[in-house]
Amino acid sequence: MATFKDFRNNVKPNWCPGCGDFSVQAAIQRAAANVGLEPEQLAVVSGIGCSGRISGYINSYGFHGIHGRSLPIAQGVKMANRDLTVIASGGDGDGFAIGMGHTIHAIRRNVDVTYIVMDNQIYGLTKGQTSPRSATGFKTKSTPAGSVEQPISPMEMALTAGATFVAQSFSTDLKDLTALIEAGIKHKGFSLINVFSPCVTYNKVNTYDWFKENLTKLADIEDYDSSNREQAMQTLMKHNGLVTGLIYQNTERPSYQELLNGYSETPLATADLQLDEAHFEKLVAEFM
Amino acid sequence: MINQLSWKVGGQQGEGIESTGEIFSIALNRMGYYLYGYRHFSSRIKGGHTNNKIRVSTTQVRSISDDLDILVAFDQETVDLNYKELHDKGVIIADAKFDPKQPEDTNAKLYAVPFTDLATELGTSLMKNMVAVGATCAVLDLDINSFREVVQEIFGKKGQQVVDKNMEAVKAGFDYMKSQISADAVMQLEKADGKKRLFMIGNDAIALGALAGGCRFMAAYPITPASEIMEYLIQKLPALGGAVIQTEDEIAAATMAIGANYAGVRALTASAGPGLSLKMEAIGLSGITEQPLVIVDTQRGGPSTGLPTKQEQSDLMAMIYGTHGEIPKIVMAPSTVQEAFYDTAEAFNLAEEYQCPVIVLSDLQLSLGKQTVEPLDYSKVEIRRGKLQQEELPEIENKGYFKRYEVTEDGVSPRVIPGMKNGIHHVTGVEHDETGKPSESALNRNAQMDKRFRKIENIKFNTPVYKNAPHEEADILIVGFNSTRGAIEEAITRLEKDGLKINHAHIRLIHPFPTDELLPLVKSAKKVLVVENNATGQLANILKMNVGHAEKVTKQLKYDGNPFLPHEIYTKCKELF
Repeated sequence: MATFKDFRNNVKPNWCPGCGDFSVQAAIQRAAANVGLEPEQLAVVSGIGCSGRISGYINSYGFHGIHGRSLPIAQGVKMANRDLTVIASGGDGDGFAIGMGHTIHAIRRNVDVTYIVMDNQIYGLTKGQTSPRSATGFKTKSTPAGSVEQPISPMEMALTAGATFVAQSFSTDLKDLTALIEAGIKHKGFSLINVFSPCVTYNKVNTYDWFKENLTKLADIEDYDSSNREQAMQTLMKHNGLVTGLIYQNTERPSYQELLNGYSETPLATADLQLDEAHFEKLVAEFM
Repeated sequence: MINQLSWKVGGQQGEGIESTGEIFSIALNRMGYYLYGYRHFSSRIKGGHTNNKIRVSTTQVRSISDDLDILVAFDQETVDLNYKELHDKGVIIADAKFDPKQPEDTNAKLYAVPFTDLATELGTSLMKNMVAVGATCAVLDLDINSFREVVQEIFGKKGQQVVDKNMEAVKAGFDYMKSQISADAVMQLEKADGKKRLFMIGNDAIALGALAGGCRFMAAYPITPASEIMEYLIQKLPALGGAVIQTEDEIAAATMAIGANYAGVRALTASAGPGLSLKMEAIGLSGITEQPLVIVDTQRGGPSTGLPTKQEQSDLMAMIYGTHGEIPKIVMAPSTVQEAFYDTAEAFNLAEEYQCPVIVLSDLQLSLGKQTVEPLDYSKVEIRRGKLQQEELPEIENKGYFKRYEVTEDGVSPRVIPGMKNGIHHVTGVEHDETGKPSESALNRNAQMDKRFRKIENIKFNTPVYKNAPHEEADILIVGFNSTRGAIEEAITRLEKDGLKINHAHIRLIHPFPTDELLPLVKSAKKVLVVENNATGQLANILKMNVGHAEKVTKQLKYDGNPFLPHEIYTKCKELF
């Protein structure tokens, strides 16, 4: 059986020392081993930006696509081979700006993919512009007088879009993060895990210390029930979205693939490409 | 006795114009006639003039005709807008209900037939289209019993009474018209051969070709005139275990299809110009990551929303060059419905063999023109998967990656799909080395660029140019692509009768451009006429760029939203000589 070391490869990440993404990488590797995967059974699909490089830093099949489009690529992979474990990943710009449309629709479609967002509230690879997660007043190269836009609340947005698995974590909480990714992989349907992954180079506000001071663990909230959507929404609003843990899970709604009429129970990628002659003749006869 | 006929039915959109044309056509197709229908419609659901012009012939036709024999009108607007197409002996059959007025400047005769009243007497005014079909039969001296089978199929599920009523409506229209029309106005149609043929639109053939070619997944976003492709596959793929996802947008459609192809399924996306604009970055991704991808572009009037329900061929340059950066790409352009079937199936082979995007270019006239098609032969469809590795792979030491982008002589690298042991590699839109790891070195860049372009240098493509070139030295070589073929062929028949020597080349492989095939034809022609539905002469420019001999080339352009008519091409050629 594979261990987390089997999911490490020989590529040295080009992330800055201290970047939160290192922990996300480690958590994915551990979670993959913990759920019993072999490297070839995992496909990691990523977007563009610092975090987008993650698909090249895990010893598994990896697809580094184009900005904002990790989710449709990942859903295509899963539709083609339902036996693969598919993780999509990217940054907050990828998931909540250029790719927001895909995020909402992947949530409501509920294809069995785990989406891990590395949320650093800044654009790092383009060297420090505002992100849709940047706080109002946040000063960046593209908002020198401070952002006047409202930041997106991804967890609340996910709940309203009909998400069946919504979780949030902090990159230093390796154990909790690993457990959440494992739960996300096991969840039948789409799982969204937003991870606060500080950018040590361009974000001097939302630092490791800032998160430590401001985050509340859901585990510490008495009687928190992750199957209660209303409580999940109220808790998010009360804490301004700054909570970690499993926010909401609906285990009753089947995944997209389970609901799809006629969809192959074996991987579509192994399907016979030939039609039998009678089948073809039947199709053609409809045009006579 | 006539051997071909042009019939048009018109009225307000949503009034049953389409079903009138449909019933008439299906019945005649079953009698063995060759049909060719072209709908004039607007981007709205109810209201607005719509018409369906149907050509009936005892031989294959692939173009709308220059003039009209019979006009069936459900309103005065239809008469006013269309009567000028009628020839001197033409007939207008109009619903008496709107008190139709005989147009003055035509010899075509108007007959007022109480479509609505006869239908209402039989139970419901909805059957007025059946009355119109019956009236048409009287003009053509057709046996109305030939319609029984079709009426049975269409209305059978509503009960025998409905079937009988509809047949009575046909008979009522027939009898009424018979009592009005003089014997010399009857256009007796030559008997057809009674052979069974298909009756379908190009989009049906594209979708069926995709199924036959092994496509098992489609991601698409609705758009005119491409939606029928996804609608057909949504009906048929579940029986094969496959699926269609209607995505949130065109970008998702293209990238989802890339993801599915990467993971080993033959996947399709289809759209029209506006959608293709949005797919361009993804097409580039398919190119640099060497993932197979089949994209259908059904051209329509552009730019932007342009003329969404009208014919145009203006996406040509965009399909060849429209992605940033440079990638190997194949662009094919079927010119008939049969070709649309075989070419779409073949597109999936080419996409896998050359590991690159393959665009199947169509246009509105080809995609939506409903016509008679000779039987399709499934045994001619091959499945070839190129260098897809299907055997167990040798172990790679020290977690090395599989050389998915190995530099090979033919440029094509071995391809593995996720799930295969010992096949792990990285895929990225960033320039990469042989294992897929990002690499910006100049040496690697050249090696990978050269490798990618080497793939399509010697592309094997069956019949890149359809040629009808009987003359060693032609007065005119006519060149076209997609649906202009029918109008060109009819023009040539007339020109040859006039003694002109005409060769015809219809380009089926647009990119890489079949220069070697075309050069001898261009050289041996005194003049070259490039016929295309756009304003700038895109095909003519590509021809000049690749083949040269610019001094011989004349452009015949039409961009008013309508297909070419045979006489327009005939006249242009006569001007040249």
